[in-house]
Amino acid sequence: MGAGHAHKLYRHGHSPVHDLPPHCKLAAVFCFVVVVVSTPREAVWAFGLYALLIAGVTALARIPAGFLLGRLLIEVPFVAFALLMPFVVPGEQTHVLGLSVSVPGLWGAWNVLAKGTLGVAASVLLASTTELRELLLGLQRLKLPPLLVQIASFMIRYGDVITDEMRRMSIARRSRGFEASGIRHWGVLAKSAGALFIRSYERGERVHLAMVSRGYRGSMPVIDEVTASRTQWAYASALPLLALAVCLVGWTL
Amino acid sequence: MHVPDGFINAPVSAVAGVVAAGAVAVSLKGARRELDERTAPLAGLVAAFIFAVQMLNFPVAAGTSGHLLGGALAAILVGPYTGVLCISVVLLMQGILFADGGLTALGVNVLDMGVVTTVVAYALFRGLLGVLPRTRRSVTAASFVAALVSVPAAACAFTLIYWLGGTTDIAIGKVFTAMVGVHVLIGIGEALITALTVGAVVAVRPDLVHGARGLAAPLKLRVDGELVDAPAPTPEPAPAHRSTRGLWATGLVTALVLAGFVSFYASADPDGLEKVASDQGIDKEAKDHAAKDSPLADYGVKDVSDTRLSGGLAGVIGVGATLVAGSGAFYVVSRRRRTQGEEPSRTEERV
Repeated sequence: MGAGHAHKLYRHGHSPVHDLPPHCKLAAVFCFVVVVVSTPREAVWAFGLYALLIAGVTALARIPAGFLLGRLLIEVPFVAFALLMPFVVPGEQTHVLGLSVSVPGLWGAWNVLAKGTLGVAASVLLASTTELRELLLGLQRLKLPPLLVQIASFMIRYGDVITDEMRRMSIARRSRGFEASGIRHWGVLAKSAGALFIRSYERGERVHLAMVSRGYRGSMPVIDEVTASRTQWAYASALPLLALAVCLVGWTL
Repeated sequence: MHVPDGFINAPVSAVAGVVAAGAVAVSLKGARRELDERTAPLAGLVAAFIFAVQMLNFPVAAGTSGHLLGGALAAILVGPYTGVLCISVVLLMQGILFADGGLTALGVNVLDMGVVTTVVAYALFRGLLGVLPRTRRSVTAASFVAALVSVPAAACAFTLIYWLGGTTDIAIGKVFTAMVGVHVLIGIGEALITALTVGAVVAVRPDLVHGARGLAAPLKLRVDGELVDAPAPTPEPAPAHRSTRGLWATGLVTALVLAGFVSFYASADPDGLEKVASDQGIDKEAKDHAAKDSPLADYGVKDVSDTRLSGGLAGVIGVGATLVAGSGAFYVVSRRRRTQGEEPSRTEERV
């Protein structure tokens, strides 16, 4: 997961999931995650059903399972943390595979693992079926402050440019025999970071001037308003509604 | 430190979300004052910069590397409001695009890493600049201290949130010790890099460093062989000056409280951390955190101009060595990537 995020995250395709308007998808994913988080952890079967739901959407979006699983790796640090919990949390002890572990710790680990993984999977599905620009439009449609959306869109647009600039500086350093091997080289790297900041800031000023000369008055014109029909909302809400049903059953049982 | 879903319970996440939204709203207003209608492109570009600089790996000894978190850097370079905005946007995009940090935990993440880091760093920075002589060196020194404190401050904030709404009942003392202990180490690395970076920018374009505005020497003209003060240019509409007082007071109080904690932990941390780690088995957790986003300080300490560090660093080296030895598997991976001549990628430092 290096620099070029725009094209690497998104998986182009035509499927019912790809075709849904972005704000419907954003809302659906958010509601789904909220439902998952508020499910009682003792309802183990419920999380299995959630995973099935996610798998269903993945199949519908024709995202290969390997792609999804690969992107799930981002969670690894917290998996390690979760695996540690049974040994750290005090409480009633039990024996698993000859190790003495605590029961509340096991529940805690399960809780973090299950909910975290489902949350990551849902976000990954969202990002891989929605184009970046569409996501930003969706956020704007969901009443995120326009200025924030503008900042985010500038960050996305120029993220690659700035990262490439950083990479060029890295190439320049290396072609002059520099090899960062320890803390002694932090000075050089920090100077690069400083130069990168100056370049980014100045580029920002240039971009602003260019925008002003093209009639920018502090807000971006909305050219392609995204709209969603009732049917599309209904499709999108299928996932969180099913999850909600599972959650409610989980609470009552 | 990106908190995933399910780590903090729903009510506390919701409250954190509301507070974070409020903070972002305030920053939107403040950033308009700092940058007027240039806000969108400039803040966007600075956010892109923060995003990029988080990928810049700073090698720590023995093949591990850490990266900058950037809260303090952003606050000092572009001001607190824009800083909060930039970090929040970066976190938002990381959450939505990279699934890094849960969607429901977005409020917690923004509050913790965006708001607390930035505000603490900036308040401390301004406070120190008020006391220190007005030179370039003191800007660097102040950014060092600001960044040093901001990271453990975020850890404290996280501990507080965890205490309020953690889904697992680990004794809060343990969480605090582990989090703050580890993040003091991370803070040292963050502080060094932030200070060096700010120093580099101040040397080239002092006018771009928001925190060092008003530090430039007055323009002198040589008239008939002697220096006279140039006529003062039309004063800039001093941005964000109105609100700094409140920020100042809160920051100073926070800083004082933190100074107590931090100095205590800084002196006790090699022993304390190791002891806690071996007693409770938290050392594994510590390792993950450290390897994840810690520019751990190590033996190139000679380059550190700041003498305050030297005491703690001996212990840091010991702990660092233990951590590095423990992370063998990841080390192998990172070595392999390194030999491929690739710039180490983001995923690597996360493991």
